Amino acid sequence: MSAKRKAIFALPLLITVVIFGYFFWALTKPGRDPKILPSVLIDKPAPEFDLKALVNLGVPGFARKDLTSNGKVSVVNIFASWCIPCLVEHPDMVKLGQRDDINLYGINYRDKPEDGLAWLNKNGNPYHRVGRDPKSRAGIDWGVYGVPETFIVDASGTIRYKHVGPLNTGDLEDTILPIIESLQAQ
Amino acid sequence: MRGFILSTTILFALIATIGIASISLVQAVEPDEVLDDPVLEARAREISKEVRCLVCQNEPIDSSNADLAKELRIVVRERLVAGDSDDDVKDYLSSRYGDFVLFRPPFKASTFLLWFGPLLVFAIGVIGIFFFYRGNRTNKVATPLSAEEQDKLQQLLQDEHETTQKITRNNKGEAS
Repeated sequence: MSAKRKAIFALPLLITVVIFGYFFWALTKPGRDPKILPSVLIDKPAPEFDLKALVNLGVPGFARKDLTSNGKVSVVNIFASWCIPCLVEHPDMVKLGQRDDINLYGINYRDKPEDGLAWLNKNGNPYHRVGRDPKSRAGIDWGVYGVPETFIVDASGTIRYKHVGPLNTGDLEDTILPIIESLQAQ
Repeated sequence: MRGFILSTTILFALIATIGIASISLVQAVEPDEVLDDPVLEARAREISKEVRCLVCQNEPIDSSNADLAKELRIVVRERLVAGDSDDDVKDYLSSRYGDFVLFRPPFKASTFLLWFGPLLVFAIGVIGIFFFYRGNRTNKVATPLSAEEQDKLQQLLQDEHETTQKITRNNKGEAS
């Protein structure tokens, strides 16, 4: 038997090793969560929406045009009073809200207006604008399937990044702020 | 006999109850969502069975009780009432949530491997088997022996013949 023919017998083993190697890589890749869906909206224009304000909150409602009105990068955060992880990332939202070189907008997702208002009054309102989305219609247009979700939108109204779930320790400094800075530099 | 009829009746009643209960379990569609037009409603149900609930992820929105699933069911019905085709509705959802929202992935360049991968593996197997057997057949074609090999073969056959004869003679000797 020639060496060439012997090599054929090694082929199935080789293919198996390659496939299992891929499985191993995909399963152990850091930061890979199969429950997190890649957004199809990245690098697409933000959807059309016009959301009413939370009465008595003291900030106006939130519409599509607010993303492109002042030439700043926007962070759009989807939150709800019933959402426990939203409380986890709230300090990060407060930090973002203190910056005046970005817009921080909130969408109050599937919430009663009085509950949303009470939650913001209790924990502090970091948002420059808050829109009510009681039936999650704007949320569906944004491809939201859970809360919290955080989007980064550039000054032209194009969605550039999406974070699903709460911002955990380090997410703000390691991911969100560098993306904001790179968009500001453009 | 009466006992038998009674127990059978109870059994059937039980089965019917379980049946009705399970029907109401799989049906998450609430009365206020149902469309008046039965044709549109039937289409909505068919689409809903193929749309993934993104909160539960392995359940179609048709049978999910999640808030988002309910809202998506209503959106599907609104699109149908507005005159969308079934494909339009699916495009509407996948443009927001990606192909993952559809249980059946669509045909396109990025899903080519998904659809034709098994066929590809099968084809590789067939080609492999073809070459394997072709290789065997070419090996079977006998090359004539060289003069040297011919001599060796003669020698071996001769040895064998002599050995057999010797054994036969010995056996005969023992027998007599």
